[in-house]
Amino acid sequence: MTGMASTVRTPAAPARPTGRPTGRPKRRWGATVFGVVVLCVMLFPLYWMVNTALQPESGLLEVDPFPHSLDLSGFRSAVTDQGRNLLTSLAVALGAVVICLAVSAPAAYGLAQFRLRGTRTIVFGTLITQMVPGIVIANALYSAYVDMGLVNSYAGLMLADASLGIPFAIVLMRSFMVAIPREVIEAAEVDGAGRLRTFVRVVLPMSRNSLITAGLFSFLYAWSDFMFALTLNTTDDVKPITLGIYQYIGAHVGDWGSVMAASVLSAIPAAVLLVLSQKYIAAGITGGSVK
Amino acid sequence: MSTTTASSAAGPALPATRAAKAPKPPNPARTRLRRRLAQWGFIAPAVIFMALFFGYPLVRNIVMSFQDYSPSTFFTGRSPFNGTANWSSVFNDELFGKALWHTILFTVGSLIGQFCIGLGLAVFFSRRFPLNGILRSLILLPWLVPMVVSGVVWRRILDQDTGVLNSFLGTIGLGGDTPWLTSTGMALFSVVLVNIWIGIPFNMVILYGGLQEVPKELYEAASLDGASAWRAFRSITLPMLRPVITVVLVLGFMSTVKVLDLILALTDGGPADSTQTLGTLTYQNSFVQLDFGAGAVVGNILILISAVFAVFYLRANRNEGK
Repeated sequence: MTGMASTVRTPAAPARPTGRPTGRPKRRWGATVFGVVVLCVMLFPLYWMVNTALQPESGLLEVDPFPHSLDLSGFRSAVTDQGRNLLTSLAVALGAVVICLAVSAPAAYGLAQFRLRGTRTIVFGTLITQMVPGIVIANALYSAYVDMGLVNSYAGLMLADASLGIPFAIVLMRSFMVAIPREVIEAAEVDGAGRLRTFVRVVLPMSRNSLITAGLFSFLYAWSDFMFALTLNTTDDVKPITLGIYQYIGAHVGDWGSVMAASVLSAIPAAVLLVLSQKYIAAGITGGSVK
Repeated sequence: MSTTTASSAAGPALPATRAAKAPKPPNPARTRLRRRLAQWGFIAPAVIFMALFFGYPLVRNIVMSFQDYSPSTFFTGRSPFNGTANWSSVFNDELFGKALWHTILFTVGSLIGQFCIGLGLAVFFSRRFPLNGILRSLILLPWLVPMVVSGVVWRRILDQDTGVLNSFLGTIGLGGDTPWLTSTGMALFSVVLVNIWIGIPFNMVILYGGLQEVPKELYEAASLDGASAWRAFRSITLPMLRPVITVVLVLGFMSTVKVLDLILALTDGGPADSTQTLGTLTYQNSFVQLDFGAGAVVGNILILISAVFAVFYLRANRNEGK
């Protein structure tokens, strides 16, 4: 705010900063320093996770602030014990993304562009479903899954995890597809393209960004899911990494090195996605929630 | 709407006489119906999916809360209706009152902490300085890491004897012997603290987005009038942000009230049920004690609480849209 004031009062200002055309670089770097401090505090737990993972078996000891001698045994046992669960998570999350996009992209298009009766009600319903607590869904779903033989199955978990992303994906993509000009779609249909072709050839490419954002978030939701993994599985057949880590702390409280190494491995997708696609993530957090 | 009725009224009357001449008259009512059906084909899968994964559980949960489930139900398949027995047993259990109270403390405490710090950071990052963008996006990381993982990491940090928080506090002479997660007095407080940490990025990003929409001229005008930064914040920023603030708080509420992963990873609801909330109680009833009827009762109450806030959310959303 003070920065703003000096810009406004430039007529009086030139006397002071002569010879320094760039303005106020010193104060700006001060803000950067403060920003770095905030970041360090916020990311400290994640640093600690990596740090603990790299230290020798340290269950009953305090952890050194830095990993002096790198010890990869934690990672070795994490990969041995949890490698399969990581792959399970990957398969389930990718499956959930496919289901999520296949169901929600056409719906988003339909709700954005067709003037059908009931559209408002469906959009309304979509917003409401985002409010239903997951444990309530799991509660009812469990007995239905038992009846349908979907407990302990990849398909069952993929479907349940897809439900975490679908309302969000519909809302997000719809708000994007509303902006596609009607003329573009009509032009494609006049050229003889069928409705489905128009959707695949014209609408989807134009909505690329929102598709990526929706896919990204449904992946993260499914990857982070713990509740469905916990409640819809009674055996170890389908065990995602989140469930694996949770059972790990029950069984290996002493072996924090391995637990933390498994945690690091499970956090890697989030870190990679953040680096590769920050703009989609920021867009997803704001776009999906505000509109 | 009006065009639809007009054409359908005129449609059958007119072509009836000409039908003989034209070899194949396109029936407008039928093509329209076909188009409608094709259009609904796009939406139908999503509607069916949501009916199965949201509608069905909502209804089923209400029915289940009046049924008698026991571990043997899963062998016999029998779950007879038992009136309001589940409801009265849940309400008579003092754990329910405790869990409700913990849920309130957890939710309100988390929201206040997340929102205040998130808003502070959003205002801070609205200034221009080098590396702003990179720092701002890296702060998102805690929000993206699976909640169970965050819980496990914090469980290590908060360990009474070997955790880094206590050894740090000991080093700077501030005790260092706090039983963060193992005493009934501290555990809920610690869980709230961790949840605040998780929620800060989300609050920050949305509020930051809202701040970018506030017209800069307002601040220029205010500073010309000699308003202090604090005054400008109170009289410009807060009022202009109000719709965004409503959305942030309601969404924060919805995601906090149902938190399960974090609490299970940090404390498993203990010690002595001191971090048991409605979410964990639903889980305990259904999946640990296999009394799905009792779980459904607590779940329904959770839905009821969420529904009240859903109304707020939809209000805020409507104002936003139009």
